[in-house]
Amino acid sequence: MGSMTDAPNRQNGPALSREEMERAYREMLLVRRFEEKAGQLYGMGLIGGFCHLYIGQEAVVAGIGLAMKKGDRSITSYRDHGQMLVAGMTARGVMAELTGRSGGYSHGKGGSMHMFSKEQEFYGGHGIVGAQVAIGTGLALTSAYKNDGAVSIVYFGEGASNQGQVYESFNLAALHKLPCLYVIENNRYGMGTSIERSSASKDLSKNAAPWGIPSRKVDGMDVAAVYQAAKEAMEHCRSGKGPFLLEMETYRYRGHSMSDPAKYRQRSEVDEMRRTRDPIETLKAEMIKHGIDESFFKTVEQDVKATVKDAAEFAETSPEPDASELWTDVLVGE
Amino acid sequence: MASPILMPALSPTMEEGTLARWVKKEGDVVKPGEVIAEIETDKATMEMEAVEEGVLGRILITEGTDHVAVNTPIAVLLEEGEDASAADALDLGPKTEPTAKVEKNIPAPASAPQAPTSTTTDIVEPEWGETAEITVREALRDAMAAEMRRDEDVFLLGEEVAQYQGAYKVSQGLLDEFGDKRVMDMPITEHGFTGMAVGAALSGVKPIVEFMTMNFSLQAVDHIINSAAKTRYMSGGQMSCPIVFRGPNGAAARVGAQHSQCFGSWYAHIPGLKVVAPWSAADAKGLLRAAIRDPNPVVVLENEILYGKKFPCPVDEDFILPIGKAKIEREGKDVTLVAFSIMVGVALEAAELLAEQGIEAEVINLRTLRPLDTETIIKSVKKTSRIVSVEEGWPVAGIGSEICTVAVEQAFDWLDAPPARVCGLDIPLPYAANLEKLALPKPEWIVEAVRKQFGD
Repeated sequence: MGSMTDAPNRQNGPALSREEMERAYREMLLVRRFEEKAGQLYGMGLIGGFCHLYIGQEAVVAGIGLAMKKGDRSITSYRDHGQMLVAGMTARGVMAELTGRSGGYSHGKGGSMHMFSKEQEFYGGHGIVGAQVAIGTGLALTSAYKNDGAVSIVYFGEGASNQGQVYESFNLAALHKLPCLYVIENNRYGMGTSIERSSASKDLSKNAAPWGIPSRKVDGMDVAAVYQAAKEAMEHCRSGKGPFLLEMETYRYRGHSMSDPAKYRQRSEVDEMRRTRDPIETLKAEMIKHGIDESFFKTVEQDVKATVKDAAEFAETSPEPDASELWTDVLVGE
Repeated sequence: MASPILMPALSPTMEEGTLARWVKKEGDVVKPGEVIAEIETDKATMEMEAVEEGVLGRILITEGTDHVAVNTPIAVLLEEGEDASAADALDLGPKTEPTAKVEKNIPAPASAPQAPTSTTTDIVEPEWGETAEITVREALRDAMAAEMRRDEDVFLLGEEVAQYQGAYKVSQGLLDEFGDKRVMDMPITEHGFTGMAVGAALSGVKPIVEFMTMNFSLQAVDHIINSAAKTRYMSGGQMSCPIVFRGPNGAAARVGAQHSQCFGSWYAHIPGLKVVAPWSAADAKGLLRAAIRDPNPVVVLENEILYGKKFPCPVDEDFILPIGKAKIEREGKDVTLVAFSIMVGVALEAAELLAEQGIEAEVINLRTLRPLDTETIIKSVKKTSRIVSVEEGWPVAGIGSEICTVAVEQAFDWLDAPPARVCGLDIPLPYAANLEKLALPKPEWIVEAVRKQFGD
């Protein structure tokens, strides 16, 4: 099957129902405000180390989240806060992990890049670029082995798409027809190196073609487009036809990590994206067109602000892990 | 309400910086995401963005100021319509640094950290009774078959494990019994299939990964260490990774440097892994069964030369060995020889030679490299007062270094001679038959090391 670069078919009415639009808006705003707060706490020294913000890319996780079913698994890189919130992990638990406190998902032992939730089938949070692609393929192998009907969503950036294990994974998933949805979040820059300077392949959506994996290039700033594409791709995976690849054309507004001065791109490029392509503003405009009134947005803004404020307070006041935590969780059964 | 804008930390190590330039002026309206100032850190000039909407009410630190500590108020943000005098009500003293609090809370350790020690004497191994002679190869195959019959979630994957019946015929017959869903041939793609197997283990099944030789595990070492060993810790105990990485380790016969290396020291170094290194058929069967049942990642270091060797092995269907417990293969009172894998046989040969010279050597078969059975080693040293470690791998930071250190740390007063190491030569293993022979430990080297301890 070839790569389909056409826009998703919206001839049969609006791409998203009112309910879906509301949910997507709420989730995108939560991710946005959560990340802004995380940036602020980092500035205050409450969050340490590496911290990679998701701001700008919200439509990708929100759209895929709409298409996911209970039991579906997901895994991503170190730019992971958005995936975690959409997977249903609590803002409190994620924020407290960022501040390295006992109330965090890993009791403060993982940090921003290493967080997991067995309950929400979220498998991290990986600090090694590309490693999550092979591991994520294994999540799908479990589904095939147990025939549990789940799809595994494997997120990685366009930077990771140059790693050899990505193609080893494509080969394995195609050979064994694993229910694996690969999602390239192409935000144009792998740290400071633009896609033009890092990839000889100019159309990443075609990168899985040699293995016969069907794919699609998607406007990753448009949550409706993401949802439509993800829904079709996941139906493909779930029906036993094997893996699918989606390339999301997206953009991060902030630097690679908190300490990135982002001198490799013009400020005007960021401003232009924010002004014309912002995923939250785009959806809001669409929702207003569908008659959703201002009071909805105000309420959501207030709710989200309250959630994030509560998460930040929890993350600042949750005690640091006890020194005894040093020695726990190294091995099972000890 | 007026709120202070604080000097931000803009890198993991930043403590202070220079306020290079104010991009916004007092009285300007700012929106989230807008650049309000430029801050110079030791590494770069960073743009500082506003996080809240408001009016820049008062600038407290003028541009060009150096050494501004993180968390110092640098300006006051007002809500729209609020008077600049609202800034006066703010407490603009320097904020306490949260990082300082972190350090304060760390209790002083009671003592300097030590290498892990074990208590293993309370592990009682049952008498397994009747034995039969089988090869190590058969023992490994029987172990996998027994565990696959016992647990549906256990499966084997690797290169040539299914249709070819195993590159070294270890998986012979498994495809016929269990089918291709549970005995999976892999393409030559260690990095990919090891990562995949780790993902499968994390999500509820129990893979056995066969490396055609452990040398190829280097292609996948990131997944063994970063993905398998560390995930339980990094997840605060939520995730577990029940997986076995197995394959022939160390020198075979004239296969050259890239195919002849011992990984004992490499993997034994890693917290979050267990590492076993069987010598006999009983070791192989008992330890591999234990590795498959263990809820943690376990590396099983086999040996190609031993595959075809026959040893008596208990026939009991339930036969299994505990991970972490060494075995005394020969008792003696004069010197302790500690070895693992194929070197156990070499140490036993050395013990024979020493006996002819009137020296009774005790030979410990480590069986497990991590966790190391320090208790059995120390108990023996306290009896013999001398210790020589024997390994095929290189000397620098090897298993022998660890054993000698343990002896010095825990039994210094009992030692009558400095601990000694017998190792493979510190060179890539050569191909030529004579050179290869010269590079690997032999009984005579052990005898010499022991005689030296007796002052010869």
